[in-house]
Formats: sequence, C-alpha cells, structure tokens
Amino acid sequence: MTDTPRLAPAYWRGFRHGLPFILVIVPFGLLFGVAGTEAGLDLAEVMGFSILVIAGASQFTAVQLMSDHASVIMVLLTSLAVNLRMAMYSASLAPHLGAAPGWQKSLISYFMVDQVYVMSIQDYEARPKQSLGQKMAYYAGVCTPLCPQWYVSTWVGAVIGKAIPPEFALDFAAPITFLAMLSPALRSIPHVAAAGVSVGVALALAWMPSGLGLLIAAGAAMATGAQVELWLNRKRAA
Amino acid sequence: MDYSKAEIWLIIVVLGIGTFFLRYSFLGLIGNRALPEWALRYLRYTPVAVLPGLVAPLVLWPSATQGEIDPARLIAAGATVLMGIVTRNTLAAILGGLGALYLCLWLIG
Repeated sequence: MTDTPRLAPAYWRGFRHGLPFILVIVPFGLLFGVAGTEAGLDLAEVMGFSILVIAGASQFTAVQLMSDHASVIMVLLTSLAVNLRMAMYSASLAPHLGAAPGWQKSLISYFMVDQVYVMSIQDYEARPKQSLGQKMAYYAGVCTPLCPQWYVSTWVGAVIGKAIPPEFALDFAAPITFLAMLSPALRSIPHVAAAGVSVGVALALAWMPSGLGLLIAAGAAMATGAQVELWLNRKRAA
Repeated sequence: MDYSKAEIWLIIVVLGIGTFFLRYSFLGLIGNRALPEWALRYLRYTPVAVLPGLVAPLVLWPSATQGEIDPARLIAAGATVLMGIVTRNTLAAILGGLGALYLCLWLIG
C-alpha cells in the first residue's frame, strides 16, 4: 500500500462528512426497530431486514404492507420498487467507481444508502481529479460512522423501542435527512428546476403503487435538469 | 402478523438480494467504459431528481398524523431547506430542521 498516505485524507474527509448523519440514522434505525416489533416481527427478523436489506425506506414499506396483510408478492414488488432509485445511483456512480475490482464493487453496492451516495457523488464532482483509490477511500469513510449505526440502532429500537414516547416525533427524522442532503445541492437553475418537477410529478402520481410514481417523477426531473442546462449553455454561447 | 416464519424470511432474503442487484446493476455492467456526454448530463441531476419526490408526500401527508397536513412538520421541512440553502451545510440543515420541529411541536402541540 504505497499510496496509503494519499488515501488517508480522502477517507477522513468522508468520515467527517458522514458524521452528521448519525443524528438521523440513529432515530431512523430506532424507529424501524420499533415499527418492526410492533408489526409482530421477532428480533432476528427485524435484524435480518436491517442487515440483509440495509435500505430504510423499503424496509418500512415492507413492514407497513405486512401489517396490512398484503400478499408476499405485493410486499416484495412494492418494496423493491421503492429501491429502484438505487439503480439510478448505481448508474451515476459507475463513471467514478466502475473500474474497481468486482469484490469492491460488491461492497460499494451493499453499502449504497442514500446518504453515502449523495455525499460521495457531490465529493467526486467537487474534486474531479481524484484517483479511483481516493474515491473508494472517501466512500468507505462516509460508510464508517453510518452503516454500523444502522444495525445498532435497529437492535436498540427493537429491544427498548416501545419506551420512546411519540412526542419525540422520530417519524420525521427521515424527511429531515433527505431535505438536509438535498437543499445544499440546489445550487443552480437546472437543479432547482429538476427538484420542482420531481416534487410536482411525485405528488400528482401519489395514487400509483408506491415507488412507481417516484420513478416517473425522477425520470421527468432528470430530463428537466439536463434540458435546462442545455438551454442555459446555448444562451451563454449566443 | 399472518405470515409463516418461512414467508417472513422469504420476504427478507428476496428483498435483500433484489436490492443488492439494483445497487450493483450499472456499476457491475458498465465497469470501466466511459458514458456518453448526454448520459452524464442526465445523471448529474439524479439526487435532486429522486430525493424531492421521495420526501414531498412524507412532508405533506405524514404517517404520524394519519396523512393529515401538520403545521409543525411543514414548518420544520421549510426550515431544513432554508438552512441548507443558506449555509450549504447538511449538519446545519438537520439541526435547523430538528430545532424547528421540536419548537413547533412544543408551541403548537
């Protein structure tokens, strides 16, 4: 590892950028532990979700549908639809991390949660000269404080969760995280336009099976961002 | 819960494997090849295309209030976005949002 000294700063930068999310991963994990046990899952099953799936929104979807007595097929299809956005994350990371060996790409994929993805892609775009190793180090850095917390807080939630009073409004930890990740990225007209289309279409299609409307909204929003960027570039060139 | 143990574990394992392959999909397929300029232009907007649509229904129709619009949660969401835009800092935005949420819940009840 002759290039270790170059990797350390990237790793620790990622670690620092990941730290704030502990504040939201912990309540989110606690909440999943509580929701899972209240739905009737035992401790091993709740932990099975958080360790094998490691995708909060889809875990909540699955537990919610299981409480509503949906069929196994519907539970699976809907929860997987909620995770379709991760295929977009995968496509977006591919130009940066695609050259890594297969086992490393498997690890990247396993840990590809919203927070890790958003921080990483922003870092790669802000510092385009990084080597593959530095990008990997940054990614691992963001994961370090976050992903183990997901398991631990799920476990705590499942064991002591029912003692947490609803006044703590743990339910709103997830929306606040998503907004906090997204709002610093609203840095140009195309970004704002894409976000606006995403909200509008997602709300208009909220009646569709969960996950499907979001997918259409995201596609429309990406096209909007790209198109507005092209228009602005042409205007500047003219 | 009216599922057998086997059905519950089937859900967990299939959801886990399916989610892994969604995450691995493009990363594993595309590998080292360069993407065309237009594709990169689209992908630049992935976070701002997905997250707002994911969060909008959760803000407008929170499950904690059985889908009723809740002023405290709306204000907290607004405060989070405002802090994020002004400070460009995720932690500041989270603290601003949680602060506003607890303040409003305490004031409004």
